[in-house]
Amino acid sequence: MSDTNYILSMEERSKDRTTVFGFWMYLMTDLVLFASLFAVFAVLRGPQFGGSSIAGLFSMPYILIETIALLTSSFTCGLSLLLAEEGRVRGALSWLCVTFALGALFVGMEVTEFSKLIGGGYGPSRDGFLSSYFTLVGTHGLHVTIGLLWLVLLMVAIIRRGLTRGNMRKLALFGMFWHFLDIVWIFIFTIVYLTSAL
Amino acid sequence: MSWTQFIFGRLDWSVFPQSVIAWGGAVFMLVCLAGVLLFITFAVGWKYFWDEWLTSLDPKKIGVMYIAVSLVMLVRGGSDALLIRAQQATSVGDSFGIVSSTHFQEIFSAHGSIMIFFLAMGFMFGLINLVLPLQIGSRDVAFPFLNSMSFWLFFAGAALINCSLILGDFSGAGWLAYPPLSELQYSPSTGVDYWIWALQIAGLGSLLSGVNFFTTIMKLRAKGMSWMKLPVFCWSVMASMSLVMFAFPILTVTLALLYLDRTAAMHFFTADLGGNMMMYVNLIWAWGHPEVYILVLPAFGVFSEVVPVFSSKKLAGYTSMVLSIWGIAILSFIVWLHHFFTMGSGADVNAFFGIMTAVIAVPTGVKIFNWLFTMYRGKIRFASPMLWFVGFVVLFTLGGVAGVIMSEPPADYELHNSLFLVAHFHTMIVAGVLFGYFAGLTYWFPKIFGFKMDEKWGIRAFWFWLIGFVLAFGPLYLLGLEGATRRLDHYSADLGWQPLFIVAGIGVVLIATGFCCQMMQFARTFQLRKQNVDTTGDPWDGRTLEWSIPSPAPSYNFVAEPIVHARDEFWDRKLGTPKELQRFEDFSMPKNSGAGVLIGAFAFLLGFGAIWHIWWLVAVGLLGAVGTAIQRTFDEDTEYVVEASRIAHDRIEAGYSANI
Repeated sequence: MSDTNYILSMEERSKDRTTVFGFWMYLMTDLVLFASLFAVFAVLRGPQFGGSSIAGLFSMPYILIETIALLTSSFTCGLSLLLAEEGRVRGALSWLCVTFALGALFVGMEVTEFSKLIGGGYGPSRDGFLSSYFTLVGTHGLHVTIGLLWLVLLMVAIIRRGLTRGNMRKLALFGMFWHFLDIVWIFIFTIVYLTSAL
Repeated sequence: MSWTQFIFGRLDWSVFPQSVIAWGGAVFMLVCLAGVLLFITFAVGWKYFWDEWLTSLDPKKIGVMYIAVSLVMLVRGGSDALLIRAQQATSVGDSFGIVSSTHFQEIFSAHGSIMIFFLAMGFMFGLINLVLPLQIGSRDVAFPFLNSMSFWLFFAGAALINCSLILGDFSGAGWLAYPPLSELQYSPSTGVDYWIWALQIAGLGSLLSGVNFFTTIMKLRAKGMSWMKLPVFCWSVMASMSLVMFAFPILTVTLALLYLDRTAAMHFFTADLGGNMMMYVNLIWAWGHPEVYILVLPAFGVFSEVVPVFSSKKLAGYTSMVLSIWGIAILSFIVWLHHFFTMGSGADVNAFFGIMTAVIAVPTGVKIFNWLFTMYRGKIRFASPMLWFVGFVVLFTLGGVAGVIMSEPPADYELHNSLFLVAHFHTMIVAGVLFGYFAGLTYWFPKIFGFKMDEKWGIRAFWFWLIGFVLAFGPLYLLGLEGATRRLDHYSADLGWQPLFIVAGIGVVLIATGFCCQMMQFARTFQLRKQNVDTTGDPWDGRTLEWSIPSPAPSYNFVAEPIVHARDEFWDRKLGTPKELQRFEDFSMPKNSGAGVLIGAFAFLLGFGAIWHIWWLVAVGLLGAVGTAIQRTFDEDTEYVVEASRIAHDRIEAGYSANI
């Protein structure tokens, strides 16, 4: 019987590796998805007839706060992972809560920004540039929102069953996803906002 | 918004078919559906069907379901082909053929979309499911549940595209729906939305399958199976799945943007307000060209397994085969612009893409020569998989040369959009892809079902397909050179094209006869299964691991994890080289799950709602699919343990001692 347990735990370990690798592959496909949206943005940006130009639409300090919120949430997510590996359930959970709060702040700020733009007559149906802007940034925002939903479920799972092998695996995957969204945001920050402020 | 609009969206009484032929299609489809449902109810039984098939996570069963669905879709796409040929053979001069020009546009759009997405992709994933885990000595794919979900997303897409036969029309904008024709302004009905959502949902399934199979090859190979011992079919699947992972996200984005243009009045591809329709053409071909290689590489892989076995020789030039697969895979991403040389990117850009396109012929030529060298001085057996290969190698080479001709931008300016092009890519997809998959199905069938397919009807099917193909597409090359453009619903009598169109029509009828022979072949196969039973597990004198286990392969494939020492591992074992063969250990297998079926059903509702603008249905579909997936991740009781020693013991009792 102990023999069987040993073998099954070997199976578990190789399953961990397979899952993490598969999730990496998924993230890479998601990266291609964002790359396509960046390409579309690059084609459609610039002053368009019908009116809007990029400069002057965004407030850089506002975007910077948004950025800091998201980047910090990545850091707190990392802290949570570290504590989880030491088996400290409470610590891990509280850092996940902070991660959630920062993520929610980010999404909230983005929604506010979007509604301000739309309210000012700069909605996605105004011209090609705004269509691509809203779709690129919105797709990232949607990913973050999905991440928040996942985070809630993850916390429920950890509260219910503790830091089981399965939950540790899920936590690791979530961490990858969250950092990935950070990296994509850095590109959005640079390519969409920073270059248009220049 | 009124209440009826809220509940029914764009649905009303006018959505039902408007012409006799359209009604014919709708009724035909409903009869087929009723037939399948009755067959399951009375001949199979729903409980058995649900427990053993629909909810199964066994890749072999999922593979069989993929192939069954794709063959049904072949009937659908093939009927479209017959209608296209009938129209073009008769609609000349004063006669206007059998369908209206609007309906004709829908027919050729549906034909292309169905054949690529639901016949070819489905058949390919079917074969991969059947064979890949067996060939790498694995018991399963990396993510069994995801695999089932992918299939059901594919099925939901197929169901959606068939819905358009009964409710509303289908896209008339061609199989790739170029804007501005596919924009709301010129295609205001639900047709293009059907196209978008059927492809979007099926495409998501394909993308997830790509991740799944790639991970399977990377992580689940048997002990000892180092890269240069990997069977060539697996190499081809790996390259193809890499292309899936690179290309399908681009398709997802492109379709989503087109839908946003149509539904949220955005301006990605519109002709006004900063939209850029050539960007659509670039994006769709950045997916679409790799897609061709996604389909054909596994067919190359099949032939690389079939030719050595039926020539009783090892494959010539294994290393060059592997390198050429990856060469093709990489090149396939830098040729997309050859689909629109006439866009006018300038001589330098066109020259680059033209040269890259011509260069693809080099690795492909390497493969052709290697197959021929494998046959050279081999003991060749012309069983039907080998016949498909011979048909393939002749036609594919000719079609490939036609492709090289068109890779020259100046020639392409003359030939683009002509029937010459249509003939070229049908040679690649039918004689290349489809012949390969047919060969693969015949070859691996006994491993899955435990008996061989009926050879007599198989050979008849081959000859009908081959001769039918030459008659159907030979005239199209000639017509194209004479200037006939594609998608003609009518032409003038004094052009003198009608005789060639009639010959092409006869060719398609012969192909349809070939398909009927294949149906007959299935019937005879099951009728004669006792005669054709495969008792050895190795009916063709095979070389790779899948032939080392009994037929039909058990659900767990290998009771003991195989250990691999050679490239043609099983052949080596048959030569009697003594070595450590297997490890007996207990293992766990996934339990069946109905969650994949549910997610597919919700995805269908989501797509249907999005097409008809029934937003509450979109919400139901989305919440249902996500909820089911969440529920599944909380389910920790998804596996059971199999005791290896008990199976081995049972097998020996049953007299299988030689072949555990």
